[in-house]
Amino acid sequence: MQSVVATGADVGGSSKRSLVRKPRLVEGALELMVKLVALTAIASILLILVFVGKEALPLFTSAEVHREVTPASLFAATAAGHIWQPVAEHPKYDILPLLAGSLKVTLISLVLAVPLSVGAAIFVAEYAPRRARELLKPAIELLAGVPSVVIGFFALVVLAGWVQRVFGTATRLNALVAGIGLSFAICPIVFTIAEDALRAVPGSYRTAATALGSTPSQTLVRVILPAAVPGIAAAIVLGFGRAVGETMIVLLASGNAALFDANVGHSTRTITATIAAELGEVVVGSPHYHVLFALGALLFIATFGVNFIGERIVAGMRRRLTGTS
Amino acid sequence: MNARLFGVFGLVLGIATACTRDNPTGTGTTTGADKKSFTLKGSDTMVILGQRWAETYMKQNAGVTIQVTGGGSGVGIAALINGTTDICEASRPMTDKEKDDVKAKRTTPVVEVKVALDALAVYVNDKNALQEISLPQLAGIYKGEIKSWKELAGPDKPIVLYGRENSSGTYGYFKEHVLKNKDFAAAVQTMAGTAALANAIEKDESGIGYGGIGYVKGIRALKVKKDDASPAIAPTMETAQDGTYPIARFLYFYTAGESTGTQKKFIDWVLSDDGQKVINDVGYYPLPKK
Repeated sequence: MQSVVATGADVGGSSKRSLVRKPRLVEGALELMVKLVALTAIASILLILVFVGKEALPLFTSAEVHREVTPASLFAATAAGHIWQPVAEHPKYDILPLLAGSLKVTLISLVLAVPLSVGAAIFVAEYAPRRARELLKPAIELLAGVPSVVIGFFALVVLAGWVQRVFGTATRLNALVAGIGLSFAICPIVFTIAEDALRAVPGSYRTAATALGSTPSQTLVRVILPAAVPGIAAAIVLGFGRAVGETMIVLLASGNAALFDANVGHSTRTITATIAAELGEVVVGSPHYHVLFALGALLFIATFGVNFIGERIVAGMRRRLTGTS
Repeated sequence: MNARLFGVFGLVLGIATACTRDNPTGTGTTTGADKKSFTLKGSDTMVILGQRWAETYMKQNAGVTIQVTGGGSGVGIAALINGTTDICEASRPMTDKEKDDVKAKRTTPVVEVKVALDALAVYVNDKNALQEISLPQLAGIYKGEIKSWKELAGPDKPIVLYGRENSSGTYGYFKEHVLKNKDFAAAVQTMAGTAALANAIEKDESGIGYGGIGYVKGIRALKVKKDDASPAIAPTMETAQDGTYPIARFLYFYTAGESTGTQKKFIDWVLSDDGQKVINDVGYYPLPKK
């Protein structure tokens, strides 16, 4: 800065032009840089997708892999039931217990987190005085910054004993403990998006409802909530995406036994925990390796799809409410 | 959108790095020149032991850097095959196929060094009254055939099974020597390391688990009978060394080709009286004197 001013004083006329052109040059360069960064992010995601897909592909194409596992056998029960036991004399790659585990834990966490965080969002957006809102919103959002390994460790050491005492579960570590742990992680996400959705409802709706004689609770139930429903749905969908992809909490707190049942008091093994626990030791290029990548691809597609749907709902609602469709 | 995208990105990046088998020091494959730094990788059972050896050796020999990481014997062996570790620590012998893999990829045969003895302990909670167990009983428990402590003359409570991830050498050893290669019951909860397993049993009165003798703190190791008729043997240094404890095992170092220079000096030191003395501090047993 200093030097620009100095040259300006020295050379008068010529510097005037450079002062006008320089910002444009800088602006252009900056714009290009930001574009490049954005493109890199997208390109790396595409490349990762290609990489994961490529490593998963032999499951569908390689005859050598098919001697041990085929896409159909991923869902086929053995005589002993649905079993995931990839390191054994006769490896068993039945992924149903893992899918069930992921769904079980995710659903528990949603059942716990959604009422809490949507309720909190309604309070903060509609009822809380301004000072309380300014305190509450960042405080809840701060929760999102708690590393999942910390939540997982808390669930493992503290929560697990408590859950067993209260609910009398058969094992200390189980789907319920993992689900409760997970709900800590998704609460801030569901809260933030739901709160945004509620606040995005134009003030004119509120004014109109009040002018027609609605009480605040009537306004909320009959006007604000119906208008914000797509946004709240999106919040839940995105919470689902976060929960199903979470690894560390479930790895620590679920006990990781690949049981195929609906009992939330039993230990359970999720897709993410399986990948995290087994990918480190697996022999590169073995059937087990390709199955793990297929699981990763499945997870990638599922979370990507779910997040995409969530984003579309939010965008659609924003357009509708602001009337710029 | 970006925050979410990065979420997905992070997840997949995690998967990607987990399988690219990093080599933090870059000391991978070279064996020619004398290196002052090398890596030990593998068995979680041996991580503490390896670290103690490395610390003691580095204190005595300035300028030498030894990096020790765990992950499981399977991880260490995979790293040796892929050339991302210099020494592989393993709590089970390598299979012939793994040895062939090393030979194929590293173009030199595997060298095996027995470095210590471990008595694989069967843990129960301190409050559990059970004193001894036979290997057939243990196999029955882990195959899911014996489900209640009542069948072992205990209270009528379900047995809660704890085990290790399938990358663990302890998992492989237990499967081979106790289950006779039959499958574990699906209900076995897998813990990410012997320390986590010991911690879980300390908190669970109905729990049972297995692991290195070095981790018996706050929990109790059962006496083990080879079969129902044989005497019950407690896991101690004597019973492990004379082979009467039925599930004692060697702990191994594996290298691709003969070690040279500093690395050889380190392994020789580990096998010397000085190095073997360290083993007792960690809770394992030195090799029997020839």
